[in-house]
Amino acid sequence: MPRRESPLQNEMLQGTLDMLVLRTLVLGPAHGHTIAHAIERGSEDVLQIEHGSLYPALHRLEDRGWIASFWGTSENNRKAKYYRLTPAGRKQLSVQTTRWEQVVRAIGRILKPATE
Amino acid sequence: MSLRRFLRRTQWDRDRSEEIESYVRIETEENIARGLPPDEARAAALRKLGNRTAIREQIYQMNTITFLDALFQDVRYTLRALARSPGFTMAALLTLAIGIGANAGVFSVVNCVLLRPLPFPKAGQLVALHQDAPGAAGLANAADGLALSPSMYFTYAEQNRTFQALGVWIAGTANVTGLAEPEQVRTVSVSDGVLQALGVLPAAGRWLLPADQVPQTPAPALSFSGRSSAVMLSYGYWQRHFGGDRSAIGTTLIVDSLPRQIVGVMPRGFRVVNAEPDLILPLAFDRGHVILAGFGFNGLGRLKPGVTISQANADLARLLPVWMDTWSNGPNSNGRWYENWKIRPTIRPLKQQVVGNVGNVLWVVMGTIALVMFIACANVTNLLLVRAEARQHELALRAALGAGVARTIRSLLVESLMLGVLGGALGAVVAYAGLRLLVAVGPANLPRLSEISMDARTLAFTLTISILAGLFLGLIPAFKYAGPRIAGALRSAGRTASASRERYRARDILAVAQVSIALVLLVSAGLMIRTAQALRTVEPGFTDAAHLQTLRISIPAALISDPLLVTRTQNNLVDRLMGIPGVKSVGFASEVPMQAGAPNWDNVFPEGKVYPGNIAPLRRFENVSPGFLHTTGARLLAGRELTWTDVYELRPMVMISEGLAREFWGTPSAAVGKRLRWYQGTPWQEVIGVVQDVRQNGIQEKAPDIVYWRAMMPDPFAPNGGLMVTRAVTFVIRSERAGTEGFLNQVRQAVWSVNASLPLASVRTMQDIYDESLATTSFTLLMLGIAAAMALMLGLIGIYGVISYTVSQRRREIGIRLALGAEPGALRWLFVRHGLALASAGTLTGLAAAMGLTRLMKSVLFGISPADPLTYTAVAVVLVAATVLASYLPARRAAAVDPIETLRVE
Repeated sequence: MPRRESPLQNEMLQGTLDMLVLRTLVLGPAHGHTIAHAIERGSEDVLQIEHGSLYPALHRLEDRGWIASFWGTSENNRKAKYYRLTPAGRKQLSVQTTRWEQVVRAIGRILKPATE
Repeated sequence: MSLRRFLRRTQWDRDRSEEIESYVRIETEENIARGLPPDEARAAALRKLGNRTAIREQIYQMNTITFLDALFQDVRYTLRALARSPGFTMAALLTLAIGIGANAGVFSVVNCVLLRPLPFPKAGQLVALHQDAPGAAGLANAADGLALSPSMYFTYAEQNRTFQALGVWIAGTANVTGLAEPEQVRTVSVSDGVLQALGVLPAAGRWLLPADQVPQTPAPALSFSGRSSAVMLSYGYWQRHFGGDRSAIGTTLIVDSLPRQIVGVMPRGFRVVNAEPDLILPLAFDRGHVILAGFGFNGLGRLKPGVTISQANADLARLLPVWMDTWSNGPNSNGRWYENWKIRPTIRPLKQQVVGNVGNVLWVVMGTIALVMFIACANVTNLLLVRAEARQHELALRAALGAGVARTIRSLLVESLMLGVLGGALGAVVAYAGLRLLVAVGPANLPRLSEISMDARTLAFTLTISILAGLFLGLIPAFKYAGPRIAGALRSAGRTASASRERYRARDILAVAQVSIALVLLVSAGLMIRTAQALRTVEPGFTDAAHLQTLRISIPAALISDPLLVTRTQNNLVDRLMGIPGVKSVGFASEVPMQAGAPNWDNVFPEGKVYPGNIAPLRRFENVSPGFLHTTGARLLAGRELTWTDVYELRPMVMISEGLAREFWGTPSAAVGKRLRWYQGTPWQEVIGVVQDVRQNGIQEKAPDIVYWRAMMPDPFAPNGGLMVTRAVTFVIRSERAGTEGFLNQVRQAVWSVNASLPLASVRTMQDIYDESLATTSFTLLMLGIAAAMALMLGLIGIYGVISYTVSQRRREIGIRLALGAEPGALRWLFVRHGLALASAGTLTGLAAAMGLTRLMKSVLFGISPADPLTYTAVAVVLVAATVLASYLPARRAAAVDPIETLRVE
């Protein structure tokens, strides 16, 4: 089924955001607001994401069965939608992490040729 | 998966909105905690979030199937648009509903009658044993061929190599007494092999078995069947008389005054070819009495798997000499004489036998109805073109705002498809109602009528033509208006002088096509009208059929065995019937004209004429009472009619038909006093009267040569001079009151006062019989008439629409012309000329098409050629006149345009 993708998100960035969301959820269930701030803080504010773009990502991940959602209450007693990692999501995270590391190493080798 | 999401996408959207709102609230609270004022805190939160609508749209699109979504949009839009213009919608839907409904209705008849297999297991193996015999003209006619004789059945059944089962059958009637009132019921007598070939298991009890076919007494003179004692019931008879009680099996039924044991019941709807019997009896042929002749039995069989019809034909052809050598017509007869008849087996699929020549008629009707459908579609296309023209501004605006060509085409096609499908749904209702009506009216000549229903195939057909119609309707407007001609369209919607010719071309072509198709249909209807006229002018050989009551009475041998007593009883019946007030005359005969029966055919030899090889043409034999011909109104051309004295004194006298008299002796008057005889050794018979020719086989068939024998004659076959009578005869009663309930009650009382065990059967007026013989023509005429009327109306509406539209588009031009001094008459002519041009083009193409197509109708025409010049001229003149009128009406409106008014609008 052809689905139109937002032109702003190329595949690489999309995959990266997915991976970051999954990584955040390893620590336990969280709602959208927490996840957004966790990513920003975790990257020491290097990755400034538009928080809204998180939601299509969450939708996509849930759609693929990597995360699951439930309605809960936030720290300050607000109704909020919580996400948690599914076993499939956990596996996907390790796959993506491995691939990411391979890519980073490869790019690193090209940018800084071996000096030894 | 994605479809589920698609269907739940609205709920998803709500869910996400709530989630995002919850984000904003949490972020706002945190911002406030950081010390921002509340409104600024919320604004900052929203900034952080980004474009909320874009996010929702992004998620929505992830969930949706874009194509379907757009389609739903189009459908919703179309429904709203259609609801906004109810006039257009009603006109289009009604036109389509009638067009599609008529097609679906006729198709379901074609499907049920012609396409569906017969209701027998492996019906494809079933065949009718049809045979040609060009040497036996008269006995074997083209439609029915030469029926089988009992001896042929024995030879075929016992020595064939290609049939699983094979048998002969004959339909008839029998009197059942002892249950309630004496009742005459329909019977089918079957030999062994018929039920086995058809393969329909009994609903209760058992089939007739070979043991039931063994005659218990020898066959009486002039008969091939001995006494048998078994009978099977039809489901309907079982329900009516025994309430469906299984204990009926084994009980006794008095059939033709003989007791028979009920052995089984056939299931509901069981038929033998076209016969729907109440009782099924064994033929019980007596081998000892069977001779070569007796060609009165219908053969049917079931081929072995894999055997083709030509193989079976060859197999039976191989057996014909065997048959001639095995059997005899008595001492001194030579079986090889039948080689003169040139008998040739021409086996047909049983379905062909059941359907008969109705196939031709149905295909003609199907073709005409399809043409009507085309005209209907053309009209709706015209409406859509007008609509598209009116929407041109809107379409151009859409295109200017970025709607792609594909998208515009799609929205136009969706509209026409919606019309097609909605019209089809209404059409299915129309078809259903039409079929109910058809079954209720029940045209006598339509076989398998009881099987007619709307099945899956009919519904699939209806859906298909609805969609095809929808596409056809939409394609022309779609390609005409979807193209990117924004600038032109936006400009022209404002003001124009007059439109380019090209704008009208599509509509002109449609109008021409409509006229030509209407012409084809009108010509077909015209030819049928001329056929009906030709048939009405044919003298049938009887007069004032509406005042001629007919009814059939048979006196079984078990009730009255003495032949003389049979004749006296029949004479008594005549006298009693004469006693009813208002009865002018009464008579009876073995068959009345046009009555389906199994007539006798044989040779006669006029005195002094020798035929080479003793092969004389076959003549039809009728046994008539005194006064019969006078009662029917057949004119006596010479001599006199028989009297009861002639009958009782066994005077050797006959009457003959005009054709026979002319063949033998030149003129009717010359024939009186001459002599003829049956075959050698029988006494010479004096011709005492000559009667006009009677269309005995139906109005379309040539009148046969007939010898009218006396109701009672010496039996040439009986060794000691017995008497020969016809036990089953049809009475005719001439009375002004024929057919009324009161009259029929008096007739019944009169019959039962002679013998209370005599049932009356086939009580009809001669008019009913006459109409029935015209049923095929009437049915075709009716259907073509309806189709042609629809076509003419739709075609005229088409022309009217084109001219009106042209007028409305050229109002400004007309206004200017009038202002400049144009004559109103000249203006009218301008438009009428356009209509006339369309009509002429349509008429010319239509005439050419009709010349080709009406040749297909040849089988249903009578007395005229398919290229009948009168019909063609009349139809062309009428059509052109009608189209001129249809274009004159809008043209008059053009001339009435007020120039000031139109110019002010500019």
